[in-house]
Amino acid sequence: MSRDYASETTSVQTAQKLGLLPEEYQRICELLGRAPNFTELCAFSGMWSEHCSYKNSIKYLKTLPRKSPRVLAEAGEENAGLIDLGDGWACAFKIESHNHPSAIEPYQGAATGVGGINRDIFTMGARPIAQLNSLRFGDLNEPRVRRIVRGVVKGIGDYGNAFGVPTVAGEVFVHESFSQNPLVNAMSVGILRRGEILSATARGVGNPVFIVGSATGKDGIHGASFASGDLTEDSIKDLPAVQVGDPFQEKLLLEATLELARTGSIAGMQDMGAAGIICSTSEMSARGGVGMDIWLDRVPTRGGHMHPFELLLSESQERMLVVVHKGREEEVKRIFDKWDLHCAQIGVVTEGPLLRFFFNDQKVAEIPAEALVVGGGAPQYDRPFSRPAYQDDVEKFDPAIVPIPKNLRDVARFLISHPNIASKKWITRQYDSMVGTANMSAVHPSDAAVVRLHDTGKALAVTVDCNPRYVYCQPAQGALIAVAEAARNLAATGATPLGLTNCLNFGNPYNPEVYWQFVEAIRGMAKACKFFGIPVTGGNVSFYNQTQWADRSIPVYPTPTIGMVGLLEDPSWRVTLPFRTEGDEIWLLGPVTHDIAGSEYVASWHHIVHSPAPHIDLEAESSLHHLLRALARDHIVSAAHDVSDGGLICCLLEMAIHSGLGFDLQAPPPVRPDAFLFGEGQSRCVVAVPPHRREALLQQAHRHGTPALALGVVQGQHIRVWGEDWGPLRDFANAYEATWPRIMGQDNF
Amino acid sequence: MPVKAGIVTFPGSNCDDDLLRSLSGLGYEVEKIWHKDSNLPKVDLVCLPGGFSYGDYLRSGAIARFSPVMKEVVRHAGRGGLVLGICNGFQILTECHLLEGALLRNENMQFICASVYIRCENSDTPFTRSLSLGQVLKIPIAHGDGRYYAPMDTLKALEDKGQIVFRYCTADGNITPESNPNGSLLNIAGICNRSKNVLGMMPHPERAWVDYLGNEDGRWILESPLKQALNLLNG
Repeated sequence: MSRDYASETTSVQTAQKLGLLPEEYQRICELLGRAPNFTELCAFSGMWSEHCSYKNSIKYLKTLPRKSPRVLAEAGEENAGLIDLGDGWACAFKIESHNHPSAIEPYQGAATGVGGINRDIFTMGARPIAQLNSLRFGDLNEPRVRRIVRGVVKGIGDYGNAFGVPTVAGEVFVHESFSQNPLVNAMSVGILRRGEILSATARGVGNPVFIVGSATGKDGIHGASFASGDLTEDSIKDLPAVQVGDPFQEKLLLEATLELARTGSIAGMQDMGAAGIICSTSEMSARGGVGMDIWLDRVPTRGGHMHPFELLLSESQERMLVVVHKGREEEVKRIFDKWDLHCAQIGVVTEGPLLRFFFNDQKVAEIPAEALVVGGGAPQYDRPFSRPAYQDDVEKFDPAIVPIPKNLRDVARFLISHPNIASKKWITRQYDSMVGTANMSAVHPSDAAVVRLHDTGKALAVTVDCNPRYVYCQPAQGALIAVAEAARNLAATGATPLGLTNCLNFGNPYNPEVYWQFVEAIRGMAKACKFFGIPVTGGNVSFYNQTQWADRSIPVYPTPTIGMVGLLEDPSWRVTLPFRTEGDEIWLLGPVTHDIAGSEYVASWHHIVHSPAPHIDLEAESSLHHLLRALARDHIVSAAHDVSDGGLICCLLEMAIHSGLGFDLQAPPPVRPDAFLFGEGQSRCVVAVPPHRREALLQQAHRHGTPALALGVVQGQHIRVWGEDWGPLRDFANAYEATWPRIMGQDNF
Repeated sequence: MPVKAGIVTFPGSNCDDDLLRSLSGLGYEVEKIWHKDSNLPKVDLVCLPGGFSYGDYLRSGAIARFSPVMKEVVRHAGRGGLVLGICNGFQILTECHLLEGALLRNENMQFICASVYIRCENSDTPFTRSLSLGQVLKIPIAHGDGRYYAPMDTLKALEDKGQIVFRYCTADGNITPESNPNGSLLNIAGICNRSKNVLGMMPHPERAWVDYLGNEDGRWILESPLKQALNLLNG
């Protein structure tokens, strides 16, 4: 006897068990004009989860600038933002978090994060050409944290490497607030011809609806709801809510999808990520102002009986929903057959507005598509917020009471071997950075990775950035700096920013102090984006990044990661990071500030947790970016590297270590020596210049109103500072390289 | 007469387009071959590209050897036709017994992507005739299963017959344990068959052939069959 799914009743209690609030249950009843059955309630619980609905963030996200003449698809319109590259080409890019799955099951959590973000890109018809990631881990002295590191890195590597798209850049930051809740943010960048863009919109009443790719299983059911609650000691019981990735299927799906895109037989397509079939059917229908009839029993499954709610919510990976122009079904089947992938018609586009789901000819759910989605029925909240008490400590910071260390060389050694600054080669070596033969930075690194566009001969420059300590201390200023630094990385490379995607990782939004961090960070980000004229083309919000442990709740350091894409019209303009030639002069461009606040130096050497974010002047920052691009275009400098974590000395050491050439730092410190060497005041970049180009450099600096300070010269194999020999470069290089292998080598794997 | 190369695409191959771009760029006439094809087009050189054929969930290359086109590839090799397997292609060549030995999980159990040095151990093969004996090349590797293994007697035979073509070395050409990235026996990075028309190598020459990649050492290998066919080499 078959179960009568249609008449399974629900109550407020059922709703609460599924993660919905009593008032949300009330709203669902009003939208439907009746109480939902269990299957329908499950649909709402997935779609109205924080993850899918952005219910606690959308109000503020709307304050971010979204437009520019180059924006082809604005935030929220498609699966990813789309930017015009000229020459008939466009670029789709997006960053997304997979924090909670990675906390529970680091390997699969991270792997499926990579898979998900790449699907967002190729579902638009774009071929991914570069991947990036931004990772946050806890205290590396904890074996548990190292286990997470090992799993996350292997997960990203195994998925991305097999998928065959190079991982070209990334960043890693460790702090104890991430100990139980790592952040795994994955970004993908793809390119496509402007005429071949696939839209995530259902069009054409009567058009068949297909599910393609992997078969559907019971993995990841309620994953979206899971990602929308705090991690607790019981979270390990949520293991089935974590999905399992199959990069091989994804690679086939990519090739089949792009082959299909070229046939013109697709009316619309969306990948299946969070909340699976219910998300893709409702979002595509709502965008198109249509409805759908879907027969859930026709979905290819991995075996075992699945209930309708499981089929609706399953987050099995490597699947797409495709609306095909009627009459062209055979073309679709032929291509998927070629690639040995499942391809099954499960429904049809109908006159709006209803989504109707059937199971063995029984109607099991009927919901207006609009009721489920952001901007439609999904709730939007404005949470109360309040300034956290620790802000008083931040404001009380007085640099005058911070003693200047006697031995500055020791501090430099300490900083260059700090896990946040030291070489991450232990991690990056596990990622294929060269497949695609387009990564121009694999051999010669730059502040931003440069990826060649084979079809136009131009190049993209891409980077990810965020210093969570700055954001924790001063959320608005910290988020503003994240945007500025990403743009500076592009400028140092010679590129012009086109747009950015953000991944907003915060604690529980129902905690007013966490919400204050969120609101402030958005304010700072919006200010920077407007100032630089860089549109936000989309991204992802991840709340609930905090762990309840016994009776304590620890929010993570707030981390609004910025992923930025820029264009290098002529790849020969590219400026690289390492010193190139002995005898080149070293110059500091930008203001020298009397600033140690917010630095790794203050936090880790002096153990001062609370100090403001470093100083930044947006006008000076912008002038610097224009100057750096002018220097690149005219081939004036031989190397450039922006001053960031670890300050000027770490910047110089990195330029030296990557080249094997030492330097002699001669400029007497215009401010207190520790601020000069270790301060992280913004809007600065170190460049190397051949002596015969010095005048050209100074003319350009003068024209842009950017201060230039002669620091010294590229010289020999030693580090010399103010007349003192700090020893062979090799010693610093060894310290820089040894940190991560030493830490990760403690475990016997 | 143009020199023709065919590149086999298996499901999961991901270096096929890179190989195509490099071989075309160097002057070959290149076509792609679908793994389900049971006929091989008339080509001088068949290439098996890198990637993760069938996901490599079983032993790397173990399923790809059963692809329909592989029978023809083996026949092509038997006729003396040139076959080049890179990375996953090398693994497939050992699985289908065109080459001896096996590629095991890297010694450190991790995927490794890096630029490494290899030394030419035999410059008398169609793939190395541009090189001189002992010449050192810097070539990228990117693999999880690259540790070459073969029984002692096989290794000895490989050495005796000059079938070891490339070995991992230091920048100045010394064969040392430190220069061995994956634990391969005898630092082996590439071997050929007895008649020297089939070469398998873990490093990726197609990732180092043009200025914008910052390394052009791979040309030495990729151009060899072309130059030989065009009689541009002495002898």
